[in-house]
Amino acid sequence: MIDFIGDLLVWFTENWDGQDGYLIRAWNTIRLSALATAVAALIAIPTGALLGHYRRFGVSAVAVVNIGRALPSFGIIALALPITIRIARNVPDGVPIFGSGLGFFPGFIALFALALPPIFTNTYTGIREVDPGTVEAARGMGLPEGKILRSVELPLASPVIIAGLRISAVQVVATSPLAALVAYGGLGRFIVDGFAIQDNIQIFAGALLVAALSILTELLFSRLEKRLVPRPLQLVEEQAAAPIGKPVAA
Amino acid sequence: MIVAQADGDPFVRWDWIWGHLDLVWEKVLEHLVLTGIALGIGLTVALLLSALALRFRKTYAPITWVTGIAYSIPSLALFAFLVPITGFTILTAEIGLVSYTLLILIRNVVAGIDGVDPAIKEAATGMGYTRRRLFFQIELPLALPVIIAGLRIAGVTTIGLVTVTALIGQGGVGFFILRGLNRFFSTEIVLGTMLSVILAVAVDLSLLGLERILTPWSKRTGSAT
Amino acid sequence: MIRLDRVSKTFPGQTTPAVAELSFDIDEGEIVVLVGPSGCGKTTTLKMINRLVEATSGTISVAGTDITSVPAPVLRQGIGYVIQRIGLFPHRTIAENIATVPALLGWEKDRINQRVDELIVLVGLTPEMKTRYPAELSGGQQQRVGVARALAADPPVLLMDEPFGAVDPIVRGRLQEELLDLQRRVHKTIVFVTHDIDEAIKLGDRVAILNVGGILEQYASPAEILRSPANRFVEEFLGEDRSLKRLSLTPISDVDLVAGPIVEPTATRGDVEATMKEHGVDWVGVGTDGRLHGWVWGEDVTGTAGDLEPRPFSVRLSADRSLREALDSVVSSHTGVAIVDDGDRYLGMLSIEEISRHLIE
Repeated sequence: MIDFIGDLLVWFTENWDGQDGYLIRAWNTIRLSALATAVAALIAIPTGALLGHYRRFGVSAVAVVNIGRALPSFGIIALALPITIRIARNVPDGVPIFGSGLGFFPGFIALFALALPPIFTNTYTGIREVDPGTVEAARGMGLPEGKILRSVELPLASPVIIAGLRISAVQVVATSPLAALVAYGGLGRFIVDGFAIQDNIQIFAGALLVAALSILTELLFSRLEKRLVPRPLQLVEEQAAAPIGKPVAA
Repeated sequence: MIVAQADGDPFVRWDWIWGHLDLVWEKVLEHLVLTGIALGIGLTVALLLSALALRFRKTYAPITWVTGIAYSIPSLALFAFLVPITGFTILTAEIGLVSYTLLILIRNVVAGIDGVDPAIKEAATGMGYTRRRLFFQIELPLALPVIIAGLRIAGVTTIGLVTVTALIGQGGVGFFILRGLNRFFSTEIVLGTMLSVILAVAVDLSLLGLERILTPWSKRTGSAT
Repeated sequence: MIRLDRVSKTFPGQTTPAVAELSFDIDEGEIVVLVGPSGCGKTTTLKMINRLVEATSGTISVAGTDITSVPAPVLRQGIGYVIQRIGLFPHRTIAENIATVPALLGWEKDRINQRVDELIVLVGLTPEMKTRYPAELSGGQQQRVGVARALAADPPVLLMDEPFGAVDPIVRGRLQEELLDLQRRVHKTIVFVTHDIDEAIKLGDRVAILNVGGILEQYASPAEILRSPANRFVEEFLGEDRSLKRLSLTPISDVDLVAGPIVEPTATRGDVEATMKEHGVDWVGVGTDGRLHGWVWGEDVTGTAGDLEPRPFSVRLSADRSLREALDSVVSSHTGVAIVDDGDRYLGMLSIEEISRHLIE
């Protein structure tokens, strides 16, 4: 036990710098996750808000969550690879991002796909569940539809939307280590390579780093929720402890 | 053995799948067994912990805190933590899978039982139900829709997570995904992913059916999405 | 049947007692209604009888036995309990709901089935409802099932906590009638909690009026309470229309009826005028052989009273109806009196003077 901890400490002092050090790899994981979540949010929030405002596709919003949950993240990451390789072959060499179709590109595509459903559904439901009376009052006062969406519905739905963002971000960070399987140089590499060479120290160290990053993400977003959401709208303890099965608390 | 699909090959080679139905069946069964064990143990442990939390309220916060941590650790990391101790075994896989079900199940069991109408509990107690009888004959059956809603989510999540256990030598249909990746063979990746989705939907629908059978009194089912 | 002896209840974390040193007796087979404003401890008192709330001090006995001498579940199985929100078990059929306590007591299946059939009819439900679930019944029907469930094991005592509080006034009135009707057949000792003084007066053999803090202000029959309220609190709780409430409790047979201005069909104009003058009215009733045919305006009589077609009295009451109904009849009739008969023979009439004289007594 003592030996194991000693070895672990040694590992952390010896493997921090360089291209394969954990600092660079952590940064790689963060940048991949952040980009995937951000692009997903840019697409899912406007679509979800518009569909929610006009109350279209109610059934499909629920279906999106169900499908999102049924998709195995491992499969999605793996599936991205043959697709990106095919795309990369048709893109001239030297174009960034696409590269050879390995690494960043498939990782990004997969994580982006995984990040979409929670943000979309929470935005959609959040907007739809805004008190119809409030919306009607706004309309009655002559606010144009766009203004209603921006200054009434979106602020009121913000707790639910940000909760969706948090769910997506945490899920993306949790899945990102699997990008190592498509040759991405993130934190997951320590684990996957460790499995291959049966290096328990490296496996454990990698697991610690990955777990720390995802707990940090969770903490960061709960902070963010408190900051961004107007106090009266913050989800109270009771709602946060609601049975799992609704998009908000998923 | 690399069977990398050639450039002109189709994305999915159906003939390969038809040629390997035996293997498909074997892996599907393995997948279901891994899932079944995880759900069975998960539900048992969750019920025990929920009973504890309901009996002694103060334990609820620590229980959800600990299971919440387990839930928020990425699956790959959780398996990686266990590998140095329990190796590339089914035990490692099940410990990880079970710990993912706990938070969902405990929350739903507790919320389901808390959600039972106090008037019903008062009437039952007033008619001479003992605490234990009240729990097993009234509260638990009435909480079933919410508990099964949790079980459905846990089931679907577990089906997906089982694929990851391919990395520690288990994996059910995840076997195809991993081997497809290693051999650059997209057919196997698609096969593994599709099988996982199909299994998830099948488990979800079976649990929904189970709920319909177990709760004939509720015309409309619980709030599961 | 039920005796409370200096019973007090102070809830944890509170300094003032919810119920303080409360003592009263309930006789076998009577309905006692506990009534009072919110915070008067009426529900707490009720729940102490089946130990859903444990008394802090004092003793309660049911049928001579101290309730703390048996385990609470056993005690409760022997006491029927009906609550406002009914609390039917949604996952069990109506028959299974009614069978709850017999099943707990381990009755045999046949006996349970037989009892369920009996009760279904007793509370006015139909047998095909047995296999339905509570959600498929209306509120009033559910409350009937609640009553049937409480009566299932034939307990001598029935506790009812605002059982009709959640149904609309029309259904409530009907359920009250049904309860009285049921009580005439089953003769239970019933403790009934309500905040509605009218319900208390209507249902109670005796009414216990409680003040905030569980203080018993008056414990007597409804008539006694209405006639002589013990203090200002009771007076105010009874409300402005206390007199009218008293009237509704007094049967017509309690007051002396008068014959009134009645003439034979053969009476002449002169006879009619003399009768009208005597009674100070401008009409006469026309009748023979103890029957009253109707009435006529005196000025319409030219020959004899029998020449005219008599106008019917719009309302005729039997002697067991209340003075309240007689008053209604008085103010809504042309003649200003209430006619009392036994369906055939004329018994007499009541004017507003007679009714108010009774109130002043």
